[in-house]
Amino acid sequence: MTMDRSRDVSQPVERLSGNERLKAASRRLRGDIVEGLADPVTGGISPEAQQLLKFHGSYQQDDRDLRDERRRQKLEPAYEFMVRVRLPGGVCRPDQWLKLDELARTYANGTLRLTTRQTFQFHGILKRDMRKTIQGMNQVLLDSIAACGDVNRGVMCSINPHLSALHQQVYELAKATSEHLLPRTRAYHEIWLEQEPVAGSGEEEEPIYGPTYLPRKFKIGFVIPPENDVDVYTQDLGFIAIVENGKLEGFNVTVGGGMGRADNEPGTYPRLADVAGFIRPDQVVRVAEEVVKIQRDYGDRVDRKHARFKYTIDDRGLDWFKDEIASRLGWRLEEPRPFVFTTNGDRYGWAQGDDGCWHYTLFVENGRVKDTADLQLMTALRTIAAVHEGEFRLTPNQNLIISRIKDTARARIQSLIEAYGLDSTVRRSVLRRNSMACVALPTCALAMAESERYLPQLVTKLEKVMAEHGLAEEPIIVRMTGCPNGCARPYVAEIAFTGRAPGKYNVYLGGGFHGQRLNRMLLENVGEPVILETLTPIIARYAKERVPGERFGDFVIRAGIIREVKEGRDFNG
Amino acid sequence: MAVVHCIPGKQPLLVTKPDASSQTWTGPLSPEQAAQLEALVGTLTAEQALWVSGYLAGYNARARVAAPATAVVPTAQPVTILYASETGNAASLAKKLNERAKAKGLATKLLDIADYRVKDLKGERFLVVVTSTQGEGEPPTSAADFYEFLHGRKAPRLEGLKFAVLGLGDSTYEHFCQTGKDIDTRLEALGAVRMVERVDCDVDYEAPATGWIDRLLDQLVRELPPAEAKIVAFPHVAAPAVAAEPLYDRTNPFQATVLENLRLTGRGSSKEIRHVEISLEGSGLTYEPGDSLGILPQNDPELVGELIASLGLEGRPDLQEALGRDYEITTLTGRFLAGWAELSGAKALKELVADPAAQKAWLHGREIIDVVSAFPVPGIDAATFTGLLRKLPPRLYSLASSQAANPDEAHIVVSTVRYDSHGRSRKGVASTMLADRVRPDDTLPVYINANRHFRLPTDPDAPIVMIGAGTGVAPYRAFMQEREERGAKGRSWLFFGERNFRTDFLYQVEWQRWLKDGVLSRIDLAFSRDQAEKVYVQHRLLERAAELWAWLEEGAHLYLCGDAEQLAPDVHAALLRIVAEQSGRGPEQAAEYLKTLQREGRYQRDVY
Repeated sequence: MTMDRSRDVSQPVERLSGNERLKAASRRLRGDIVEGLADPVTGGISPEAQQLLKFHGSYQQDDRDLRDERRRQKLEPAYEFMVRVRLPGGVCRPDQWLKLDELARTYANGTLRLTTRQTFQFHGILKRDMRKTIQGMNQVLLDSIAACGDVNRGVMCSINPHLSALHQQVYELAKATSEHLLPRTRAYHEIWLEQEPVAGSGEEEEPIYGPTYLPRKFKIGFVIPPENDVDVYTQDLGFIAIVENGKLEGFNVTVGGGMGRADNEPGTYPRLADVAGFIRPDQVVRVAEEVVKIQRDYGDRVDRKHARFKYTIDDRGLDWFKDEIASRLGWRLEEPRPFVFTTNGDRYGWAQGDDGCWHYTLFVENGRVKDTADLQLMTALRTIAAVHEGEFRLTPNQNLIISRIKDTARARIQSLIEAYGLDSTVRRSVLRRNSMACVALPTCALAMAESERYLPQLVTKLEKVMAEHGLAEEPIIVRMTGCPNGCARPYVAEIAFTGRAPGKYNVYLGGGFHGQRLNRMLLENVGEPVILETLTPIIARYAKERVPGERFGDFVIRAGIIREVKEGRDFNG
Repeated sequence: MAVVHCIPGKQPLLVTKPDASSQTWTGPLSPEQAAQLEALVGTLTAEQALWVSGYLAGYNARARVAAPATAVVPTAQPVTILYASETGNAASLAKKLNERAKAKGLATKLLDIADYRVKDLKGERFLVVVTSTQGEGEPPTSAADFYEFLHGRKAPRLEGLKFAVLGLGDSTYEHFCQTGKDIDTRLEALGAVRMVERVDCDVDYEAPATGWIDRLLDQLVRELPPAEAKIVAFPHVAAPAVAAEPLYDRTNPFQATVLENLRLTGRGSSKEIRHVEISLEGSGLTYEPGDSLGILPQNDPELVGELIASLGLEGRPDLQEALGRDYEITTLTGRFLAGWAELSGAKALKELVADPAAQKAWLHGREIIDVVSAFPVPGIDAATFTGLLRKLPPRLYSLASSQAANPDEAHIVVSTVRYDSHGRSRKGVASTMLADRVRPDDTLPVYINANRHFRLPTDPDAPIVMIGAGTGVAPYRAFMQEREERGAKGRSWLFFGERNFRTDFLYQVEWQRWLKDGVLSRIDLAFSRDQAEKVYVQHRLLERAAELWAWLEEGAHLYLCGDAEQLAPDVHAALLRIVAEQSGRGPEQAAEYLKTLQREGRYQRDVY
């Protein structure tokens, strides 16, 4: 079979998308970022530098609440930067927490954002403070390299607090994978840490990526069943831990998941990953590298909307992938092993690991760590970090675990949790604790509607409906994003909303409770009154007609309210 | 003022109109008038032509004819195609249209609507707009300025314009293609003539858009036979030598309509600096960059009321009016203090009057209301009180606009003065009037105050260095507008200072554009409060000493505008140091060098 290679890296860069030419000419991701930082006339940097900046873990944004007002004032948009930390598996030390907290209050908008991919984001950093922020992170051995951009992004890992030894093993692999897949360019060190260029600067070899890196972003997640907290099926590359008799035997490898789509473009769709085979723990890093290289070689570099690994897999087929990886490895993946997922949410409150350490999972609404009149969350966590000797873990649901607390320290942590009222957060409604929103307005340039600032209000209204129908204790996965790109993984939620315009959303139903099924659009471009009018009778029916144990997402399909989506290509059908 | 720009003998005055009849186009003149004019112009020397242009300018001004600043001569832009794109679809359709129009031999100009100068709209003859619509029916960000201008009170009549609009949208939105509809309707309302019916395209826009392009091109070819389009552009000549008598002055101010009044400093700023635009339409008033606008302010009615109450003179509407309009009721003078000491017999006041040093200290931060309320004079009559007052003087603001660029407008920059002292909130008379009580469509009594000592070089090629802080940037905006409008080639360099970059970079986007377009060659900025150590304009001057010296030696004209107490002496000291260090002169010779520049008009100051 002849292979169509007309859209991939084998072509001259002139035939590929503008971003490919930009990467090729960027001197290994340097471009004119340094010049842009030095330009005193604008708070921003050039459009080309903005593209390259992503590879350094940052986006140029602007305060969209002020955009129109400033235009009239003959001022440029209030440019500011988001910086995303690279934090494999979401694990950080207390001294690192304290530093990030300090940087957030000194240079960012005074808050820390825990993300859906288990890391921190700073928002609102001014151009002149960018180096100071990144150098501050560097002081505690944190960086933002490849946290965004057309490379392997932050690697996720289940936070399972019960199986401590297993978590440690899988986490170490996640970290090793993240380190191994880092770009080799020293651009980051030169630009942000102001290190002197060494020989070969601008021409560094990129043994894994090559000079044009990947066609698009690439996401990896490690998951420990039965909790599918990382939503492994939404990852480009996933590793499902297979544990037999308490021992980590290896991983089922999943390929080709991804959320992003565009409105009115039926060629774009979310896709759940396929399970491709089984590998041993010592084969993980090698397999990750080869999968990344397959996407490097065959991914679509002409159309960025068709450049994710999911389309490469869908266009060429899983069998092609299995053959391709086998030819690169010199051996075939083994047959997948059985596993079972039951949920993708977090369990809150105290839990004890098998090593005797304690873990306290906090609910952090939409991942925003800040002080409000009601809850001094940021101050509380700073106080805890100052005395805590274990670690913190950021969950894939934007929550936080105060982790690895020794038996002797538990009482002290508990008293701080109580003193600041953090225990109240884990008593929020089940619906709220299973809800998740992306950042959206006012900082994200892609947002078309509110998300983080609005979902809590909508949940309050849905809570009322749930309570009226006796469903107050019933978990439903609710997710919202401000645009169709899917940062909060909306397309696997049981109820999802994606923004279309201020106050207007698409509504989706029927995702699987543990992320095993895509949902489908029920309503297009509607406002809150229509959302509530439509959902209320469906929730009422669920209360009356469900069979014991039946999840909401399963019910709406069985009841014929929405047609099941069997695969990504069927999403728009 | 009307200026006919032409160079006799070198270019024909009349332009062949690009239409089927192939007759010569004579603008607003009848063919006979045009022939007479051309016959006369053909005999003139350059000097005579200059005089004639000035004569016509003065003639028009005296006749109180409101006319555009320049006689509009058609230039090579028969079809202007603007696109307002969110996702790139509108842009690609506009490009397609542009290519096909060119293939048909039509002269076109394709522009992102964000880059379009709205003041060119008045001179357009054929305009095509391809626009998408945002979420709830708003225009795309790139079209916001155009949209606002078109729908605002400054939109010109467009009788001479033919247009076509293509809308792009998504019919699942309630306000489907709203921006296209709005622009289409508005252009017609302004008198323009629609060439082809608007089409509102849905997500699958290809077919309807292509049909619309076909129809439009057919129509354009009928309107504008390509071979006939023969275009001649006219170069500018210097400004007219004859100045008209001003029609309005401070004793007879023009009642000008306020067009715009907005805060320039962004949210979170420690300053409140405003941009005010007023209409001079119908006034015949003319000004040049460097001139000032005089405003006759009125006092705060609340303060007037408080004062009247303190005097015990309530119930006197005539006094209310006089104190509001005619008298200065804030600034405390020695004369008032002495008079009030007599009237009140207050020992404390008498002692102050006898001790000039103590008086000066006491006056600081105090106003008339403080004296009147602290030392009451029971039974005082209104005439006695007003007898101690001064007339309310007009306030002058450096004009921030060029009349060549904004024929019927005057723009000013005003820093609002508010502070607390001795337990009271104080308000600048004119600045808070503008900030708190004047809205668009209100009228203001104004006049022009010429400043012959703050002028652009007559040589458009001469380099200029503009130094200013805060509202001192105003005349430089006028300079840039003027130089851009005149196509001046001289290099220019701005030094600007304020407190914070994010909120206080006055006219930021305009400076950015001038820099990008080469109208402004260099810029150095000093924001004093963005870092631990204070950085001011003079520090930037010293950092650039060598280059600055080179500019001076190459004949640059130096301008300084802004605060007289801090900025002016500090900048002057920095200049002295630069001249001394760079040229090896001693302090006295450096001072002499700057004095010579001042005598030659190459170092001009407008400080206040």
